Amino acid sequence: MPLLNIRNLSVAIPTPDGDVHAVRSVSLEIERGEIHGVIGESGCGKTMTGMAALGLVPKGARIAADRFHFDGEDLRENAARLRGRRIGMISQDPAAALNPVLSIARQMDDVLRAHRDMPRQARHSEAVELLAATGLPDPERVLKSYAHQLSGGMQQRVVIAQALATGADFLIADEPTTALDVSVGAQVLALLRKLVAERGLTVLMITHDMDVIAEACDRATVLYAGLSVETGPVHDVLQRPGHPYARALLAALPDAAPHGAKLEAIEGSIPPPRSQIDGCAFAPRCPQAMPVCALQAPPERTLAAHRWLCHLPEGSA
Amino acid sequence: MTRLVQRLGWPGTIALVVILLLVLVAVLAPWVAPYPQQGVGVPNVAAKLSSPSAQYWLGTDHLGRDMLSRIIYGTRISLTNGVLIVAFSLLIGLPVGLAAGYFGGWIDEALMRGTDVFLAFPALLLAVLMAAALGPGFLNSIIAVSVTWWPWYARLARSEVLVLRNQPYVEAARLAGVSHGRIIIRHILPATGRPLTVQAALDVGPALLTAAALSFLGLGVLPPTADWGQMVDAGRKFFPARWWYSATPGLTIFIVALAFSVLGDALRERKGGTARASA
Amino acid sequence: MELTRYILRRMVLSAFVVLGVTFLVFIVAQVVPSDPAALYAGPRPTAEQIEKARQELNLDAPLIQRFAGFAKAMGTGDFGVSYKSRRLIAEDLRAYLPATLELAVFSTGLALLIGIPLGVLAAARQGKWPDRLGSFGSIAAVAMPTFFLAMILQLVFAQWLGILPLSGRLSREISVTAPLSMMTGFNLIDALLAGRLDAFGDALKHLILPALTLASYPAGVAMRLTRSAMIEILERRHVTAARALGLSEPRILFGHALPNAMGPALTVIGLSFAYALTGAVLVEIIFAWPGLGRYVSEAILAKDFPVIAAVTMVVTICYVVMNLLIDIAQALVDPRVALS
Repeated sequence: MPLLNIRNLSVAIPTPDGDVHAVRSVSLEIERGEIHGVIGESGCGKTMTGMAALGLVPKGARIAADRFHFDGEDLRENAARLRGRRIGMISQDPAAALNPVLSIARQMDDVLRAHRDMPRQARHSEAVELLAATGLPDPERVLKSYAHQLSGGMQQRVVIAQALATGADFLIADEPTTALDVSVGAQVLALLRKLVAERGLTVLMITHDMDVIAEACDRATVLYAGLSVETGPVHDVLQRPGHPYARALLAALPDAAPHGAKLEAIEGSIPPPRSQIDGCAFAPRCPQAMPVCALQAPPERTLAAHRWLCHLPEGSA
Repeated sequence: MTRLVQRLGWPGTIALVVILLLVLVAVLAPWVAPYPQQGVGVPNVAAKLSSPSAQYWLGTDHLGRDMLSRIIYGTRISLTNGVLIVAFSLLIGLPVGLAAGYFGGWIDEALMRGTDVFLAFPALLLAVLMAAALGPGFLNSIIAVSVTWWPWYARLARSEVLVLRNQPYVEAARLAGVSHGRIIIRHILPATGRPLTVQAALDVGPALLTAAALSFLGLGVLPPTADWGQMVDAGRKFFPARWWYSATPGLTIFIVALAFSVLGDALRERKGGTARASA
Repeated sequence: MELTRYILRRMVLSAFVVLGVTFLVFIVAQVVPSDPAALYAGPRPTAEQIEKARQELNLDAPLIQRFAGFAKAMGTGDFGVSYKSRRLIAEDLRAYLPATLELAVFSTGLALLIGIPLGVLAAARQGKWPDRLGSFGSIAAVAMPTFFLAMILQLVFAQWLGILPLSGRLSREISVTAPLSMMTGFNLIDALLAGRLDAFGDALKHLILPALTLASYPAGVAMRLTRSAMIEILERRHVTAARALGLSEPRILFGHALPNAMGPALTVIGLSFAYALTGAVLVEIIFAWPGLGRYVSEAILAKDFPVIAAVTMVVTICYVVMNLLIDIAQALVDPRVALS
């Protein structure tokens, strides 16, 4: 049974001008011990999916799903309890995720105190150990520092250590490398892989960067306009993308283009978040769109563990 | 009317109405006051310290004068106090702030450090010192409060100018060789004027509150002219047995200050303003 | 390092401000009044007395020289002699300053204790009734004339309920029968030092009404500043992050968000202290509190300028020092302040 099991999740946020469909229909199955990438453009609903799993959706938002389970527990009822206990978050901008006026020691200690029943001294050595586990060279010094005195990479390691301090075994990492230099980002990804291997963690990696998927993930799900349109092992999704959107994303990648060739950008933009979608959401931008695409929701195509939604028959790409 | 309510909300609208009424009462004092003579200060000893009744709605003071008429006449002093304090302060603060912000450099440094000295005093204390030096009286108390008030406008004007100074059209005017004075008057003053005027209009409330504190200390208008702060003080000797003497002018000051405060809040709601000290 | 430089810079600026303040007080107290010599010479002076006074006061010397003398006197704590009582002003100050400071410190504490938790509560329940009630209360507190509030409190707590004393700093039973020996001049501290719990309780009871009067305005401001700061802070990422880390809501409100609002809170301390120092002029008269405010208000009526100047100087210097301490505290609480 998958650790995180989501079937047809939708999140609607009411506004004076009508509902914003932040997430329309997302299905995700994340197995224990894997790093599962969720990729898509901004506004595709990837962050909101993560927030829904943490129970941190905006006030008044409506969540609906056929299934929304974490380790057998319904997240609609238990998200607040699981959050910080079993589910942790690593956010995009570590500088903003750390409290600027509290020392790192105080912030680590607060987390440990909330989750572990141990005396002060033990909490301190635990904090040192956790910071060391994230590869920070001088944990004692880091504990005495404030966030602004640390580099971006160090800040992100502290954030990861905090998540570990909760004892969570499932981490939602929302663009953990976007705010970092490329080389530092690569180190953070390597650290996450190491922690997954050593501690048996499971990670949901939210990103807009195919490189991150290729570098760090075992499986990946592609989101488009609040819909999960393709999912499968990273190898399959990258090598034989089924959904035309996934193909377009790959083509937009600088590495995929032959040297000197013009970068292929995806024409058009995502459907407005308030509108209703009939047929395939990608149809207006799809180079291979057929008349049926605008009218009917696409069927699911399956090739072993690799699944995607498309009217085009398999292998026609 | 409905649009006004929409913009200000109910509390803000009521506050605005209260303020407008107040202005009206001040202007029409001789016609609205039940006993205009007593309002001006003519004693009526036969009825001294009578409690509120059909004849004297808010009672009478120690000279038998109708409190309501006194309060109505006091409106004139209080409002002119508030308006003149703000006007005098603008008159000093605006040029200082404009010059400091526009010219920058040592002029800015010198003017703003000078301003700092005035801001270093607790405001009411400096006003008291000034008023004591100048002696009591209507104009003197206004000058005394203005001395503590203008630095705020200097700071406000300066921060507005700092934004404007680097606007393309100001830059263009400067490059075209337009004189400094002309740039300030033509381009900068109109743009700084608006936010400053709104602030100043709202400051009439706190200004009048400070002036009331001065006259409570005996540093304001001299009797027999009716003045709210001075009336509260005069009534203290008879408090609480003759509670109306102190309470009615005190309550009036509170309501007026509250109206300005609520209106300011309604206007600031979407602008995010700051609070400020006054007595 | 940055911090030390920042503190030094603030101190130098404060020194300049004190110099400016001295100059301004000198101008207002010795130059603006029509004839200090006539005031100094006493009631109905003869021409000779005035001439003698002119010489004693050195009024014929050039302005700059007079200012130098004035600044030197102020700097050495030699405030001169009261025109009216002919007593040494420095001695009077020693008795009155602690009384006013005690009131100011106590009311500042009260303002923070009332205003900050209410502001946090209002922010946490934004738009709900605790917020609306608190917001109206804070506006009312700001619009209330100090002297009027003082009278209302006297009426309710002293006259009607009779649970707190009407005025004064100590009851007659204490001050006459078994007076406190003056050590610090702060009654609360002196009572504790002497182990006199009866005197401590009595002093505390006398403090409450005047302190509450002075606390109402800064408490209102504290509430509003805390509320708006907290609303902004509660939307920041690190608060969401703290929630995602499973911290409890009170812990997030008071342990994580509130420390970020310490800037406004410290601002309120300064404001509240200044307000108490000046409001003292009004409140001390009404509550018969033997402090600087009452001292100066009596001096005003007597046109006793040396006293007025001395009190203004002392109070302003207290205020400048307080602001300096707050700036430094702000830099310590939020290390980013020193960088800007």
